[in-house]
Amino acid sequence: MSERKVDEETGVETTGHSWDGIEELNNPLPRWWLWTLYACIVWAIAYTVAYPAWPMISGATTGMLGFSTRAQVAEDIVQHEAKNEALVAELVAADLTTLPPSSDLHRYAVARGGSVFRAQCSQCHGSGAAGAVGYPNLLDNDWLWGGDIESISATITHGVRNETDLDARYSEMPAYGDIFAEEEIGAVVEYVTSLSSSEFDADLAQAGSELFLDNCAACHGDEGLGDQFLGAPNLADAIWLYGGDRDALTETVTNARFGVMPAWGQRLSDVDVRAVSVYVHALGGGE
Amino acid sequence: MSDRPLYAPQEPIFPRRVSGKFRNLKWVIMAVTLGIYYLTPWIRWDRGPNLPDQAVLVDMASRRFYFFWIEIWPHEFYFVAGLLIMAGLGLFLFTSALGRVWCGYTCPQTVWTDLFILVERWIEGDRNARLRLYRGKWDVRKWRLRITKWITWLFIAIATGGAWVFYFTDAPTLLRDLVTFSAHPVAYMTIAALTATTFLFGGFMREQVCIYMCPWPRIQAAMMDPDTITVAYREWRGEERGKKHENKSGDCIDCMACVNVCPMGIDIRDGQQMECITCALCIDACDDIMDKIGKPRGLIDYIALSDEPAERAGQPPAPILKKILRPRTIIYTTIWAAIGIALLYALFVRSDIELTVSPVRNPTYVLQSDGAVRNIYDVRLRNKAGEDRVFHISLTSEEILRIELEGRDGQRNLVVPADTTILQRVYVTARPQDPAASTDTTALRLWVEDVDADIRASQATTFNGRDE
Repeated sequence: MSERKVDEETGVETTGHSWDGIEELNNPLPRWWLWTLYACIVWAIAYTVAYPAWPMISGATTGMLGFSTRAQVAEDIVQHEAKNEALVAELVAADLTTLPPSSDLHRYAVARGGSVFRAQCSQCHGSGAAGAVGYPNLLDNDWLWGGDIESISATITHGVRNETDLDARYSEMPAYGDIFAEEEIGAVVEYVTSLSSSEFDADLAQAGSELFLDNCAACHGDEGLGDQFLGAPNLADAIWLYGGDRDALTETVTNARFGVMPAWGQRLSDVDVRAVSVYVHALGGGE
Repeated sequence: MSDRPLYAPQEPIFPRRVSGKFRNLKWVIMAVTLGIYYLTPWIRWDRGPNLPDQAVLVDMASRRFYFFWIEIWPHEFYFVAGLLIMAGLGLFLFTSALGRVWCGYTCPQTVWTDLFILVERWIEGDRNARLRLYRGKWDVRKWRLRITKWITWLFIAIATGGAWVFYFTDAPTLLRDLVTFSAHPVAYMTIAALTATTFLFGGFMREQVCIYMCPWPRIQAAMMDPDTITVAYREWRGEERGKKHENKSGDCIDCMACVNVCPMGIDIRDGQQMECITCALCIDACDDIMDKIGKPRGLIDYIALSDEPAERAGQPPAPILKKILRPRTIIYTTIWAAIGIALLYALFVRSDIELTVSPVRNPTYVLQSDGAVRNIYDVRLRNKAGEDRVFHISLTSEEILRIELEGRDGQRNLVVPADTTILQRVYVTARPQDPAASTDTTALRLWVEDVDADIRASQATTFNGRDE
């Protein structure tokens, strides 16, 4: 087909293609567009040779430049650690009790501690640090083992009731199911309820108060206010670790509780323990 | 089929020099726009010791945009978005009223191509000389002229790419770093990329950019209608065209002046076409010829298509104002002005201090040991001033709810450094007997006040009680 055909309406040459009598006009594309396409193809091939690209059976081709996003992240981390070196050294040496809250070091500690917390602590204490049944809420002003920065730091470093750290916070309540009769447990529960609530059976509580003074007051105190040195909870306030209704209290008195926390001093670096201590202290309940 | 090329080589265009009122206007616009582009980064503006003293600066690293007395923070980016919308609507307005005036006079592609052609004409001569050179052999003279031209273009291209980076950091410092080869690689890469595009687009691609790369010529058809004033040929006056001795009835003597000056390489006498950027150089060229042959000017002119019937009938065209003022342009102008007024309003009422409150909702509330209920708020305090300020935080309905700031030892005043946002954890507590402690949600408002100046800002939020 060498005969040229021109569309009468537009004066444009046709390609010779015709569908149902409609002919395709040939408005030629500039040649440099074609070269651009070829250049893109060459670029694409070069790119797949230079960079990781082709999926293989085990992993993808690595590319001649040896680039990998994983290595880039590792490099970024090294760079950030180098940048933070001075702050880290300062935090390790700092006296946390006198660290000014508006200082750069304090902000760094809170930011670093926050990320440690979300990675290591949030599984039990929750991402917002609000805790759960059996796992203390770290936002409130009730502390089992003390809420000043040194106590918090010691709890985090050594943990609670674990077997790996000899300095772990340790206290154990006896299971009174073996010691008390069922009605005695009911009486003690009623007395404990009376410490923080106005709805209780006065006679039963009276009976329970004597049992309490003889058996419980040694740790929880005569008024049930607890003892942070022994890790004995305050029974007269509004906060309950395992629930404050009669069923939960009966369960606690009968079988006792034994919450455990790892010794983070053995798992985290010194600076991370310090940072997470500052973070927890700054959550709202710090003393 | 095999002998029909699907791809066409670029036809070289050699626009002839022209003079006239539109050419003069284009020279002025070129001088002004290039002047603005190259010189703006060098204008200094004193903002005090803590802030940069460059009048126009896009400070990516510190996330600030400075424009003379205006400073825009990232959360105020709607100003930029608003300006972009205004730019778009402005383009619609001008296109519907005056056709492609943007393309013909102010588009960077047009301005730089014009500049490159000016250089080309200085070095290689006008149209005929350039045509001869193009067709001639690659001898010493041709090489010399070509290389001189390319080097001159390259310097303009480097200056163009170079000027761009000065908008993003302190210009004098960057210039010193650039010449001592101590600037950031990104600066050199940006200059290299923009140098390459300027050199290529202005020197070689030229009209190809407008015809094949730019989307605007394709969109413009939707903006134009028969009342749009655009560059057109008065065919009813010009035809039959012919040389003087041919004794044709039309005014067009087919001298090709309009075609020879056209930077797009088209013939305006073929009617409106996508390639035409309405630069009006053909008007200048034709008017010059009409003067010489003693015919009235305006064979090629700014006219609207709707003028044709009246003109054919020998009547005067409708007044220009009547063509410009029509519902479409009035609507565009109204929307454009409304956005402009809204932006100005937002600019003048915005405060130097700001706060944003994000209530901590994990958990929704914290029960204290005495039965009190506490809510936590992450409050961002912004000091947009150039000096440190002391802010006081307060709360409406303080008789019910108490407010405390984390780590401030009971203080409610705090220093926010110049040009800085700080994050402050704020506690609001309702005592057990307060209604808010047992109400599902209570409305409250947090206030921040500059204690030295009488400026306040506030944000409403809610307080969550015990969910029982």
